[in-house]
Parts: sequence; structure tokens; C-alpha cells
Amino acid sequence: MTSPISVTNSSTIQKNPRVGLFVPCYIDMIFPEVGIATLQLLERFGLDMHFPLNQTCCGQPMSNSGDEANAAAAENLFVKNFRSYDYIVGPAGSCVKQVRCHFDTIEQTDDVRHVRQHTYELVEFLHDILQVDSFPWAEFRHSVALHNSCSSIRGLGIAKPSEIMGEPFDKTASLLSKVKGLVIVPVDRPDDCCGFGGTFCVTDEAVSARMGLDKVHDHLRHGAEYVVSPDMSCLMHQQGIARRADLDLKYIHVAQVLNGGPF
Amino acid sequence: MSNAKKAEPAAAAELFILHDQVHEPMHDRFLWATMQRRDAQAAAIPEWEELRELASKIKEHTLTHLDHYLEEFEANATKRGAHVHWAMDAAEHNAIVYSILESHGVKELIKSKSMLQEECQMTPFLENRGIKVIESDLGERIQQLDDQPPSHIVFPSIHKTRQDVAQLFARKIGTDPNDDDPHFLTEVMRNNARPRFLAAGAGMTGGNFAVAETGTFMVCTNEGNADIGASVPSLHIASIGIEKLVPRVEDMGVFLRLLARSAEGEPLTQYSSHFTGPRKGGELHIVFVDNGRSRRLGMPDFWHSLKCIRCGACMNTCPVYRRSGGLSYGATYSGPIGVILDPTFDEFKYSELPFHSTLCGSCSDVCPVKIDISDQIFKWRRVMAKKGYLPLVKRLAFAAAGHAFGHPEEFRLMEEVGAPALDYAPDFLLYNHSLNPWGRERQLPEPAKQTFREWYLANRSEHGND
Amino acid sequence: METTRSRAAILNAIRYSNLLLSKQEVELPQIPVFQRADGPLKPEFEVHLQKAGGAAHDVGSVAVAEATLKALHLGAKVICSAVPEIIGTRRASEVNDPHELADVDVGIVRAQFGVAESGAVWLTQEDLIVDALGFLSQHLIVLLDPNEIVPDMHAAYCRVRLNETAFGCFMMGPSATADVEATLVHGAQGARSLNIFFISPVQTAD
Repeated sequence: MTSPISVTNSSTIQKNPRVGLFVPCYIDMIFPEVGIATLQLLERFGLDMHFPLNQTCCGQPMSNSGDEANAAAAENLFVKNFRSYDYIVGPAGSCVKQVRCHFDTIEQTDDVRHVRQHTYELVEFLHDILQVDSFPWAEFRHSVALHNSCSSIRGLGIAKPSEIMGEPFDKTASLLSKVKGLVIVPVDRPDDCCGFGGTFCVTDEAVSARMGLDKVHDHLRHGAEYVVSPDMSCLMHQQGIARRADLDLKYIHVAQVLNGGPF
Repeated sequence: MSNAKKAEPAAAAELFILHDQVHEPMHDRFLWATMQRRDAQAAAIPEWEELRELASKIKEHTLTHLDHYLEEFEANATKRGAHVHWAMDAAEHNAIVYSILESHGVKELIKSKSMLQEECQMTPFLENRGIKVIESDLGERIQQLDDQPPSHIVFPSIHKTRQDVAQLFARKIGTDPNDDDPHFLTEVMRNNARPRFLAAGAGMTGGNFAVAETGTFMVCTNEGNADIGASVPSLHIASIGIEKLVPRVEDMGVFLRLLARSAEGEPLTQYSSHFTGPRKGGELHIVFVDNGRSRRLGMPDFWHSLKCIRCGACMNTCPVYRRSGGLSYGATYSGPIGVILDPTFDEFKYSELPFHSTLCGSCSDVCPVKIDISDQIFKWRRVMAKKGYLPLVKRLAFAAAGHAFGHPEEFRLMEEVGAPALDYAPDFLLYNHSLNPWGRERQLPEPAKQTFREWYLANRSEHGND
Repeated sequence: METTRSRAAILNAIRYSNLLLSKQEVELPQIPVFQRADGPLKPEFEVHLQKAGGAAHDVGSVAVAEATLKALHLGAKVICSAVPEIIGTRRASEVNDPHELADVDVGIVRAQFGVAESGAVWLTQEDLIVDALGFLSQHLIVLLDPNEIVPDMHAAYCRVRLNETAFGCFMMGPSATADVEATLVHGAQGARSLNIFFISPVQTAD
């Protein structure tokens, strides 16, 4: 799956860009530390960071259920909030995929096109745009299972999907490899879906839970202490299952690891 | 609006998972292993992705010139002595088949696997008219004996354990219920089917591909059952969907290199048979079937589904399918390809299917003909929402959420209401008032003491209102 | 005839659908010649044949072929041969009805060529004489000239003459199924075993 609108990519970042921070609704309410880590991390690179206070949601829950009519208001508001920024960065693969790929039913004004083309997920922003080669402030002496979400892999191209033949690459792993002490453990099914799927996890609850439990066991089997992902929604689902099953795994967002906190 | 009862894949999948600790894990394990074999085969072919692209383009070209290639096939096949029939729909297909069988005085028919014949519900039609129909493919026979449709298009009984099969054979054929060795069970089938091949008045097959250039159609099997059925009885009838056309013989090189590798992780099926006109001393009838395909060809978002070569790779890779079992879809075609095909047969009945997916996208990646399956699943959701097929509670929830998400002040208001904020939280929590489904299998996430926004205002307040 | 009416209806419906969408012209692609690792084809063929459940024997001569056949199928009563090299107990050319082959223990045929990337052989109606010989025989012996192995399916399809034969089959190993718990079993409905005898065609007075 590729974005129908190709993302602008400059190897030299535009001089002193204005960067809008996109904090997904569930991160705002449940995992604010991920938003904090993202902001602090980007500030370390001297970026002119802004947080539009009137942002609400990217519209994904409605859009993913096919309800374009009810998604439109959220989508238009998103564009309104972020249209004046050179880059829009959010610590959430599925939300960024929504913006790049599924903002296609609202009228394609210049603003909409601009926002769609300049919205980045955090890892791809760090890897492709900033091209960060070290995180000297970060240290994470733990064994880690890396979970890239399906949206990030197949929607945003953050890593080569295992079912596609070609040169392997993984932008998240590439960044994490620069963190002192961090060991990524190999797992059996690195890119088999964990079963979150947005509303799927309540409409198809048994299947979702089974998929999540299989994922948790895979991580445990390979001795992971932490599960790290650029997508907190997947982790929220996996963490819920692990806790309910009384399994000892800790879940943390890649922003927190790369920033060195908050934990 | 259809009168048919709506298929409920989520509920059916739950039954499959909860049935016991054996069936679903086995099902998932076998199909995942098949996927791994597929990956290994694909990795051994440096031009794999290029082959997929070629296959996709060959099919797209063919479909956009389908009338031409159908006519070319018909001319060539007829020249070689085949009889070519055309069926607009399932009923006509069944009627044509019956009329051919009846005119030859056939009382017993042996057939190999055909999803198209399944789609047309041919077997009950013929049996109601006094013609005995015997499935020769082991998996299909197992399902036939159990009065169930096939659950997977390549491995029809993959949801059954060997004990299930042993018990079934014991009940229906009279073998030892305790001997569940697959070798024994296969031998039972061999000995049971062989006399039927010899007694049958006709053999029926499907067709994997139809080559316009020579009027040849192809049948791929591992058991060789299609070949026995075609070479022993003197009458051979093949049911072929109109979308199975390919233009040239050389195109088959591309498709055959992709088919078995995608389907089962082998370079080929054991038998890849090419039929061009009747065999010596035999009679061949080819029945082309439309049954909604020409209409689907005109759907801008969904016509690519016609490229399908029925390999089943999408089912093997689908994490939802592996946990659900094919029968949970309640349709002839299950798995990701089923999700995008079935609504074209009955939009209301299959309105839940597009939601029986996490949109992970791996189906699109494994499809040898590059059908944008996942994108089509998404598009079907839009169709279902527009048609009002979303469950009522979801529609109301979205209306409320949609409004709030479009109005920052309202959204803020929701957030400020502490723990009950979860009631207005993102839709996946909002969907069910009691939060039970989430809570049943997972511990609830706790709302943070301070939202990011509040932290931002407190710590970065010099930015004020951006 | 009704089917003629449906024929017209179906073709018209197709034309209408394609016209309606004014689909982008998609050209029929040229299939390129793919680069292959240079290596001997016979060993590659044998590896894949074995993986598919078959076996290969370098017999070289008719005498060795006969001996190997005897060794492989000691108790065989009915050996039906379609080849001049081995007589067998019954000649395929004398079979009038495929049902007569129901009692065949071993069928002997010669394949036109093999395919290295899969271990499959190409057999036509002319090779089998009676198609059912390839599928009713409990066991199969397939004679193959070791020089007649092509690299892959692209090369294979350059060699097949589909418009010259009513039946042609790429046969890869014996029959198989994995329908019970995905456990591979050989000898499903067709041949229980398939043995390739590498031997060039021998001119014999028949």
C-alpha cells in the first residue's frame, strides 16, 4: 500500500522550518508522556516547534469505518490547524497514514494537498528528513522487541514487509540501533498484525484478542523486557492483553526511548 | 434489499476460537507455515516482484479486452473439437450442465475442485435431478461428506483435525474411527474414489486458466484427480469463469511460476494439465460463466478483483482469516478475496465482511496479480456506510464523535470530564457503552492525570494560543 | 439456441463495462528473458524432483532400465508400456478403453523434456498414448533424455505445442495431498510413486 500522494522529501531540510506537532487524541488523553517525549526530542534538534491548541483528531475512527461524512469535519479541522506549517509531525503511524492516504474525500484544496504531503510520522521524520545519526543523550539497557505497526510498514514504508521480496530495511530499528545498550531481539512474526485495527478490537473482539495474545507470547518467547513501537495504539492493545493475562512485558513508545524519557 | 440473513463473521469467528484449544491454533499454525514456505520460494526467485507486476499487467490488459479474448478462445477451442457454451448466471450454468449430462444418460458424475461450481451451487441442483455427484479432491470430499462447504479455496478442510476426519470417515464410510494417520485416511479416499472414477459417466473440472491463443484451458491439482476424471469417463465438462482468460501461451510461464508458490509454497502443483479440444475418443464441453463478472468489470473501485487466480495466498497471510476459519465468512469465497467479492453477490448479506479485517495490508502484498485487496476492503466500508449498513449504534456514535471532533471547544469539554472522558474518547472506546468488549480481554487503559495539552499549556505557555 | 443469446449478452455486457469506465489502455507486456545463475540443469532438476517426492536413476541403457524396474517394482503384475525401449506385459498401443488400465501396477512412458526449476516433466497425449495411463497406474516410470531439460517455465512454454495435442501435463513427482492437517502424503489419487529413468531414446525394431 503506498500513499496516493507522494510525500515531499528533501535531503537538506529547509532553513528553520516551522514544525507543527500533531498529538493524536488518545495520546493526548492517555499517553501524554509520548507527546512530551516527541516534543522534547524534536526541540533537541533546534526545530521551531508549535502545538496548535485547537487540534482534535485526524478522523481515523470514523474514516476507517467508512463514514466519510462524519470524518470530514475532523479532517477539515486538521487541515485548518496545520496548514501554516512546513512540516507536521506526529508520533503515530496509523494517524499519519490517515492524513496522507485517506484525506481524499474532502475537497482537495491547496491547503489539503500541502498538509497531506508534509505530514510525517516521527520515525520517518527523524530518519528521512532530519537524518539523525546519533542520540547521545539516550540510553536504554534492555532487550527490546520492536513492533512496527501495519500502517507504518505497509502504509508509510517504515520497513520492508516480510512478504515483499527485496533489500531489507527498517527505519525504526535503524534509529534504535543508535541507542546505547539497547538490544533488539528477533521475533517469530515481526510484521504479523497485532489485532488492534481501531474499532476492530471491539467489533471483532475475540479475533483481536487472539491476535494480540499471540503477539505478546511471541515477544515473551524471545526474552523481550520491553516492547517498543512508533504506534502507541498497538501497544495500548497489547499492553491491555498482557496485563489481563498477567504477563510481564513493558510497553513504551519509540519517542520515549530516543528522547531518554519521560518513562 | 436482500431477504437473506446477514453473515456475521465476528460471531462465527468467536465460536471457532472458543471451540477448544486445538482447532484455531492448528489452523493458524498450518497456514502460517504455508506462508513461510511461500516466502522461501519467492525469495529464491530474484525476479519475483517483477513477475507479480507482469502477471498483474497481463490480467489488466486481458480484462480490458475480454470480449476479444473470449471470442479468440472460443474459435480456437471449437476448431479443435470442443463445445463451448455460455452461461449468464448460476442457474443457466446448472441448466446447461444438466442438459449435457442428461442427453448422455449420465447418472453418476465425478468432479474435481471448482470454486465456480460451488458458487453456482451445482451439486445440490444436479442431485435434486437424480444425478449423483462425487467430489474427488480429498479436502472437498471430506467437506462433502460433512455437509459443509470448503473452508479454504486450496485446502478445503484445513480447519479439521485428523481426528475430525477419522471420525467423519468412520461415520460415513465405515472405517476405523481411531485410525487418524493422514496416510491411512488418504488411502481410504483413494480406494473409495477409484471405483467411482471407473463407474462415472462424466468427469467435471474447473479451469484455472484459459489460453485464447490456442483454445487451451488448464487445470492444476496435486492429487491428479482432475486428470483421472478427464481421462477415464468419455465425457468431460469444464466450468470456467470468463475472467480466467489469458492471451498467449507464453503468459502461462508467468502465471505458473507464481501460482503454486503463492498457494502452497511449492514450485508447481504435482499436475498442471492442458486441455485443447477433446481427447481421443472423448467429448469435451466448456461452459463459460458470467454470474456477475461482467457487471463487476464495470465497477471502477472493484474490477481489479477479477484478476484473481484463486491461489489463496491472501487467506494464508491474513491474520484475521487464520484465527477465524473460512466458514466464518458465510460465503463461497472467504478470506480477503471473499471480503471484496462477496458484497458483489449480495451487498446486504455481506455488509459485515469488510469490517472483519484490521486493514493490515499484507493481502495486497502477497497477491500474485497485485490486486489492491486491502484498499478495496476499505472502499467497501465506505459503500456500506453510505448505504446505511453500519449498525445503528455505530452510526449514532460516529455522528456524535464526528461533531465533537469537528469542534475543538466541544472536544475540550469532553476531555475535561475526568474518567467519564473515556465515554467520549476515541471511537474504539466509544463504540460500546459498557466498555465490556474491551474490558473482557484486556485491562482498561487509565486516563492520564494531566493531558498533553494541559502539560503543554503549563510548560510551554509562552507560545500561548498557536 | 439460448446459449447464443447468453453469448451475445455476456459479450455486450463486457463491452459496455469496459466502455463505461473508459479504462486506461493497458498494453500486453513483453515478457523479458530473466537472468539465471549459470549451472548444470540436471542436478537442479534432480533436487527439485526429490523435493516433490520423485526419484531419478541414471540408467543409461535398456538392460539397466529393465533391471531397475524389476528392483523397484518386484511384485508388479501388470506393466503397461507406451515406450519401445521396455516391452512390459501390456502395450499401451493395444489399449482401446481407458477403463482397461484400472489394473495397471506400473505405467512406463517417455517425457519430451524436464524443467529444472521444478523437477517436472512434460507428457502429452502422444507420449501417454492413452491419457489415463499417466493417472490410473499405481506407479509410474518416466524415461527422460538427460539432455532434454530446460531451465524454467518460460523456456518450457516455448517448447510445448499446445495446438498440436489434446492433452499435455507438467507432471512433478507422484500424486500428493496435504488436505489432512497439512501433512504431505504421496500417492493420493494418481501415481503412488514416480521414478525418472535418464536414458536417451533408443532406436529399436518394435
